[in-house]
Amino acid sequence: MQQEQVVSVDDLKVRFVGREGTVAAVNGVSFGVGAGKVLAILGESGSGKSVTLRALLRLLPARARIEGRIRLAGHDMAALDEAGLRQVRGGKVAMIFQEPMIALDPVFTIGVQIAETIVRHEGVSYQVATRRALELLEMVQIPSAARRLKSYPHELSGGMRQRAMIALALSCRPALLLADEPTTALDVTVQIQIILLLRQLQRDLDMAVIFVTHDVGVAVEVADEIAVMYAGRFVELGPTETVIGSPAHPYTAALLTSTVLGSAFGKRLEAIPGMPPDLRALPQGCSFEPRCRFGDERCRGAVPPAFAHAPAHMTRCLRVAAGEIALPRPNLGERSVGPSSQNSGGGQR
Amino acid sequence: MNEAGRGSDGADAVAREAASAPLLAVENLTKHFSVKGSLLSRSNAVVQAVDDVSFLVRRGETLGIVGESGCGKSTTARLLMHLIARDSGRIRFAGRPVGAAHGLSRRDLHRQMQMVFQDSYASLNPRLPVAMSIAFGPFVHGLAKSAALQRARQLLEAVGLDPLLFANRYPHELSGGQRQRINIARALALEPRIVILDEAVSALDKSVEAQVLNLLADLKTHFDLTYIFISHDLNVVRYISDRVMVMYLGKVVEIGPVHQIYLHPQHPYTQALLTAMPSMDPGRRTLRAPLSGDPPNPISPPSGCRFRTRCPFAEKVCEAVPPQLLALQNSVAVACHMRFPGSGHSRADKTVPH
Repeated sequence: MQQEQVVSVDDLKVRFVGREGTVAAVNGVSFGVGAGKVLAILGESGSGKSVTLRALLRLLPARARIEGRIRLAGHDMAALDEAGLRQVRGGKVAMIFQEPMIALDPVFTIGVQIAETIVRHEGVSYQVATRRALELLEMVQIPSAARRLKSYPHELSGGMRQRAMIALALSCRPALLLADEPTTALDVTVQIQIILLLRQLQRDLDMAVIFVTHDVGVAVEVADEIAVMYAGRFVELGPTETVIGSPAHPYTAALLTSTVLGSAFGKRLEAIPGMPPDLRALPQGCSFEPRCRFGDERCRGAVPPAFAHAPAHMTRCLRVAAGEIALPRPNLGERSVGPSSQNSGGGQR
Repeated sequence: MNEAGRGSDGADAVAREAASAPLLAVENLTKHFSVKGSLLSRSNAVVQAVDDVSFLVRRGETLGIVGESGCGKSTTARLLMHLIARDSGRIRFAGRPVGAAHGLSRRDLHRQMQMVFQDSYASLNPRLPVAMSIAFGPFVHGLAKSAALQRARQLLEAVGLDPLLFANRYPHELSGGQRQRINIARALALEPRIVILDEAVSALDKSVEAQVLNLLADLKTHFDLTYIFISHDLNVVRYISDRVMVMYLGKVVEIGPVHQIYLHPQHPYTQALLTAMPSMDPGRRTLRAPLSGDPPNPISPPSGCRFRTRCPFAEKVCEAVPPQLLALQNSVAVACHMRFPGSGHSRADKTVPH
């Protein structure tokens, strides 16, 4: 990689120290994201995907212990003081959330909130900032933007609020956007609009994006690369086509075959037995081994290191890396094609 | 019967059709909620949550109900369960009217029809061991306490939880998937014939969701159940349902066999809903959103066809005349002017069939 990465994370660990033991939420995560690239972190609840995202901006409570090197947009995050952090947050690096009602301030209009951010970070006048706010609302395709500038969050519909939050996040032209399940609470017809909007803005502004989701379909729609997270580790990381088309970790393969897809009708689902491990007492070896049908003695010995399965495709499975097992390829199913389907095929870009 | 992909079931389907007197018949079900305004404002706003909805549920089938938030799918479930009173309409269970004189009482109905909710924690009593929660229904309905607890243990076994390990645990000691199994066991405790599953797997992780869906399939065969399965997850509904009902702003827009609905959707809303599903194929990402904007506010739904404000094919007639839900071939019924000759829509066949 010649180009300077917008994000580079090396061996990130996050622990929550509490009275009932120490929760190992993130256990050694390393990755990089270049400008104009989208990384999706795919995982189930408790896998540590949101904690990873928040740890990047140091948005975790005081009892969290963060270790590892984090460089975001040229800043060493561990070295920054509070004032420095405030400058990076919302400036070079912005974040959007699942619940815009919580992220937006209910007592100020959308316009004031966006303008305030611009004034705070760029020191321009309110007048200039308000003009920029209007442009931003137009950029996120909010209809009658001038009127919406004077709206309070509760006056907007769910999809409009999500657009307003995106406008707020992009107000200082960030180099990196962190997205924490921003489409999960939306209805399916609105979700696809927000996905398409984010994809377009990301391309137009040449932003790096880290997109956290539990939904395979959403990850496929947005990501160049997918990291699959389980019990605080990336168990697989690679280009979207390869991770989805020919997964290199038993957890990814099992997740894809247990996800209900169009073609599964009438067949029994191949559920993953058991539950994710307790993060207060992780297994010594591979944390997926207790649920894995390929697990053996070696898997229980020590945490498997990251293997290069193929160029730019990492797996933390000993047996896949050694070529001992063949994982089932997911049957991705056909898409429903209605008489007037507006969906055309063909690759992206 | 011409269901794609299930050709070998042809004879089976005919037999089923013959034996399938509707277990539940819903006619013109309507529920409007009045919205309380502030002290000074006029408070005549009404949410038309469910408006003139009719459908049948056949014995042994799974009817899926899909739609976006505010479409009335959960209100429909609550009306069926008599958790809220309907404004008008009729519900008949196995031929007997519900809630009318000489009909089935609420208490009788609850023996026959039970419900599982989305929030597995909120729907259990936090101070009761789970076996007691399961035994509570049979106990109230007259079973001796020891017999009720015995049944609870059997049901724990049936939903895949070891009674020795789980009977005396409290809800907070269980994971979401385990709690949902308890809720399913409790719903089965009165030996109902219909179970309404209202977003019952939506809060679960995908790997756990698959376990619970497999369990639901097993229980259906074992206890000879009929399901009404409500979900916003179109993939899950497709997987579990025999027939699917699509709702939009309190109205049924389309209902029919699952393969017809998913492979040959007739209503433009159904088409949009299916096209809006994220692609699972990185080589075929979605390039255009099928609809723009959010669903309109159900407080003042559009006149005529409620979907017309977002419909790419809307015309004058759609504004003036609400489309009726009418049957096509293939057991599909759809509420769209485009599908009916003589409706006045330019895309409809001009000639009225004889």
